[in-house]
Amino acid sequence: MKKEDKLIIGGHEFNSRFILGSGKYSMKLIEAAVKDAGAEIITLAVRRANTKEQENILDYIPEGVTLLPNTSGARNAEEAVRIARLARELGCGNFVKVEIMRDTKYLLPDNQETIKATEILAKEGFVVMPYMYPDLNAARDMVNAGAATIMPLASPIGSNKGLATKEFIQILIDEIDLPIIVDAGIGRPSQACEAMEMGAAAIMANTALATAGDLPMMASAFRQAIEAGRKAYLSGLGRVLTRGASASDPLTGFLRD
Amino acid sequence: MVKVNGIEVDAVGKTVSEYIATTEYDPKRIAVERNGDIVFKSQYDVTVLEDGDSLEIVSFVGGG
Repeated sequence: MKKEDKLIIGGHEFNSRFILGSGKYSMKLIEAAVKDAGAEIITLAVRRANTKEQENILDYIPEGVTLLPNTSGARNAEEAVRIARLARELGCGNFVKVEIMRDTKYLLPDNQETIKATEILAKEGFVVMPYMYPDLNAARDMVNAGAATIMPLASPIGSNKGLATKEFIQILIDEIDLPIIVDAGIGRPSQACEAMEMGAAAIMANTALATAGDLPMMASAFRQAIEAGRKAYLSGLGRVLTRGASASDPLTGFLRD
Repeated sequence: MVKVNGIEVDAVGKTVSEYIATTEYDPKRIAVERNGDIVFKSQYDVTVLEDGDSLEIVSFVGGG
């Protein structure tokens, strides 16, 4: 493995390739999750502030972790841009995960609106990480619009169904010259590992942890799986035979004749 | 009246700073939008709320 294997997003360097979600679980578990995941980036959402809640999620996120606000709730580019600007005004950096959905059943991202929002936000100096349906043409448009990474979905958000779009994510990995971060639908460490073996730059997971029996332990399992997959990718996977077999043992010196 | 996060409140004539001081909001943890435009923190003291204004006050929550 290379000595320095950094994930670079918008000029920022990260050692961890596990982007952690913070939704659907207690704020009190965040610190343990970040620690056991080894995560350096955590996603957040922006919502109307509630005066009755005295606790703020920012108080639970360890220092030094990069915040990645998403634009969830946006139904078009205009709403996503608005949410991104508000997120930046919250004073925690200029990263944004653009997430635009028109469909409320499958929560599938709207690639066309996402391209538009990416272009506007990149021009305003954001590090834009668009969440998208894995389509090569749309991904190329996002690259041209100024995206810092591409975040294709593995399967519908929160489904834990794994790499349903595997072949199309592979196309993005092969053809797009930006980090491909698999986001949404990864339910198990083995699926995260597989995506990393394919050459994904990182994995984003939330529901897989939030619905696990022991969240910090699952965070640790994901971390190990992602690291294993990365090492396997960097080492170069062994070939697969189309048919037949290939002995691993010497074909001479048998104890016969 | 001023609409704050969808609820009408009596804050006409107050600055954004003065209004926030009457609430439980932590000014360090919120962002404010007035009639669709962000009110930067440096403008809280000089932005006076008018009748019919609509404010959105947001903060970070857990999310993916």
